[in-house]
Amino acid sequence: MPKRVLLGLLLACGLAAPTLAQEPKTGGVINAVIQPEPPGLMLAMVQNGPTQMVSGNIFEGLLRYSPKLEPQPELAESWSVSEDAKTYTFKLRKGVTWHDGKPFTAADVLFSIEMLKQTHARARTNLAQVDKVEAPDDYTVVFTLKQPFGPFLGIFEVGSMPMVPKHLYEGTDWKTNPFNNAPVGTGPFMFKEWQKGSFIRLVKNPNYYEKGKPYLDEIYWQIIPDAAARSVAYETGKVDVLPGGSVENFDVPRLTKLKDTCVTGAGWEFFSPLAWLWLNNRQGPLADKRVRQAVMYAIDRDFAKDVIWNGLGKVATGPSASTIKYYTDDVKKYPYDPAKAKALLKEAGYKGEKIRLLPLAYGETWQRWGEAVKQNLMDVGINIETIATDVAGGNQKIGDWDYDIAFTYLYQYGDPALGVGRNYISSNIAKGQVFNNVEGYSNPEIDKLFADGAVATPDSKRKEIYEKAQKILVEDVPVAWMLELQFPTITRCKVKNLITTGIGVNDGFKDAWLDK
Amino acid sequence: MLSFVAQRVLKGVIVLLAIVVLNFFLIRLAPGDPAVVMAGEAGASDQVFVKQLREKFGLDKPLPEQLFIYVKGVVTLDLGFSFRQQAPVAKLIGERLPATLLLTLTAFAISLMLGVLFGTFAARFAGTFLDTAITVFALIFYAMPIFWVALMGILLFSVTMDWLPSFGYETVGANLTGLAHAVDVAKHLIMPAMTLGLFFMATYTRMTRASMLEVKRLDFVKTARAKGLSDAVIQRRHVLRNALLPVVTLAGVHSGTLIGGAVITETVFAWPGIGRLMYDALLQRDYNLLLGVFVICSAMVLIFNLITDLVYRLVDPRIEFAS
Repeated sequence: MPKRVLLGLLLACGLAAPTLAQEPKTGGVINAVIQPEPPGLMLAMVQNGPTQMVSGNIFEGLLRYSPKLEPQPELAESWSVSEDAKTYTFKLRKGVTWHDGKPFTAADVLFSIEMLKQTHARARTNLAQVDKVEAPDDYTVVFTLKQPFGPFLGIFEVGSMPMVPKHLYEGTDWKTNPFNNAPVGTGPFMFKEWQKGSFIRLVKNPNYYEKGKPYLDEIYWQIIPDAAARSVAYETGKVDVLPGGSVENFDVPRLTKLKDTCVTGAGWEFFSPLAWLWLNNRQGPLADKRVRQAVMYAIDRDFAKDVIWNGLGKVATGPSASTIKYYTDDVKKYPYDPAKAKALLKEAGYKGEKIRLLPLAYGETWQRWGEAVKQNLMDVGINIETIATDVAGGNQKIGDWDYDIAFTYLYQYGDPALGVGRNYISSNIAKGQVFNNVEGYSNPEIDKLFADGAVATPDSKRKEIYEKAQKILVEDVPVAWMLELQFPTITRCKVKNLITTGIGVNDGFKDAWLDK
Repeated sequence: MLSFVAQRVLKGVIVLLAIVVLNFFLIRLAPGDPAVVMAGEAGASDQVFVKQLREKFGLDKPLPEQLFIYVKGVVTLDLGFSFRQQAPVAKLIGERLPATLLLTLTAFAISLMLGVLFGTFAARFAGTFLDTAITVFALIFYAMPIFWVALMGILLFSVTMDWLPSFGYETVGANLTGLAHAVDVAKHLIMPAMTLGLFFMATYTRMTRASMLEVKRLDFVKTARAKGLSDAVIQRRHVLRNALLPVVTLAGVHSGTLIGGAVITETVFAWPGIGRLMYDALLQRDYNLLLGVFVICSAMVLIFNLITDLVYRLVDPRIEFAS
């Protein structure tokens, strides 16, 4: 039932909203939940989820991405690519100012890139293909690459490459710069106040370069640490926006039934969070491909989607989410088939050795999912022992390869070269690191395919390479793919146009308005 | 008395240093460090980056050296820098401490006053319906976990009756000042303070009751009665005063437990205090911040205990200050 209701609401609110061409109204205050409290708001230095969500309003990137992941102008108004696909020229928007009134120019872009290489792990990796960056004039930035890099236009969104004000950071000790606690950006909202443990307040940027925007006067991000208390805050009308993941899944059907409540699963296209189980390929029974395949057959992923995730999301077919470029579902299928799992285990000679399962310590939903998977695996005769840890402890264990099966979910950032290959190529096997190839899968053919795919031109060639890689990986099962996650964003229906891009709530509230 | 206080303070400082050293090693027993947590959040795997972070945090130095640096800081009243929150630890704690003090002291005052009051009534009317009712309620509150009481309180007073706010320290965005602000904060304080205080109130009720019944049987009470003193005077001046000693002892011991309970209460009610800061610091392995909170909490417990010892003397003049 919840599934149908939710789907109905999704259709009613998420999809129908853009077709109602209402004239936006100006003014009003939005109260949104932020969970957990961000450790800091300086996006160039802190990249955790809540920081991105709040600071996506303060800072901006050169580009943003549509739900179909097409690049759209933000601080860059246009861009062009050279014939050999090695030179990218960005024309910056004129008349953009920082919140302190100083103009935003190409010098800021060059400075940001240098800073991000030292402070932003993902930007650092993304920029590895860049040979040099130049600014022929104040409003032009030219990137020259070492070799063509297919996903290059996909690395400029605000969370991946936020622009930093050079005049406030140059020559200072970045980690103790006072502007870390009172960030200055170019975005539609300005930082106003942060009562630690209570709320973060942003106010409208009156000098924003897009005339008439933003529509809202203020945003209050309320800090409410307990999941049940967050649900109550929405129920009692104290907050209007519950961004994805801020309430437990079992509360979602109840909240979406409240009066004037809209829910959408949109806004995750760029991140495409994909949940899977790390399988330690190095040791024990899981070193055998047949046992890993048995794990895939043994787990009822439709149950997890329908019951634990309330019907939101999609059962994963392989290493790429379906929203990622070059995705194919023309791969080996693993339906829920306990009998087949048992047969494979028998064939592999599994004798009931103990297998340690590490659930993800992200709250009740993940705890329940851990229990469901444990049950599934025990049903086919796998001897599971659950290990309880907190997030930091879990990361340490996974990074040290001290696990057998472990839950995770990772963002894919729109392109296999940015967010897929990293988990399967053997050069990313490095002890002590999380979120690389911690499963220890090593296949020279896969290494070559991902290496070629990143630099191949034209697009059709990339497609061919990545489709082949997906087929091989799905056959080998280096990890057990579970679901393409969708975190529902719950709002009062009077909140309009909150999510307009593939980056969702992390892209700022510049288009949002209140229908009072 | 002065030499007594001086001696206790000196002992307190030594205990505090021992706590710092112990906590320093205890925290590092937990797997994972801040660099791992931050690299994890960035969703990237770059060994050079993690190494840089460790160097920045000073985590690449040998453990004894890190301890020495930390203790040196504490001795000079410098609690260090939280790289995670990019601010000095003392500033972060300073922002949160008033809220925790307000919550814990209110809860403490409520629990002690109501607990002694109910306990006295129960003892006075021992064996009657009133006594049974008080005892049963005390038992229920004693047995209920804080987080459950909190959630039920929210359900009843915020969701169903809409009397009290369900979270926070004040009405956000209302920009109230003066008396209106004080009333607003008080409204937000009622539920968390009651929730936190109920358990302790129950304990004091039972303790006061038992202790009073015991004192009542003693000979000096009989003497007082023989002297022809009124029952109210006997209860107040002779029985209660003597019966309070174990309650005071317990209250002193509870100062630590109160701060522990504040972690849960602050979480459920989104009360911006030190308890929540400690919890977040633990999850993020923010070593300096966590140690800083421990130092402050330990100091608070030591101070509470010192106060308890002084109150003893006031309640019972027979107790001498050992010097």
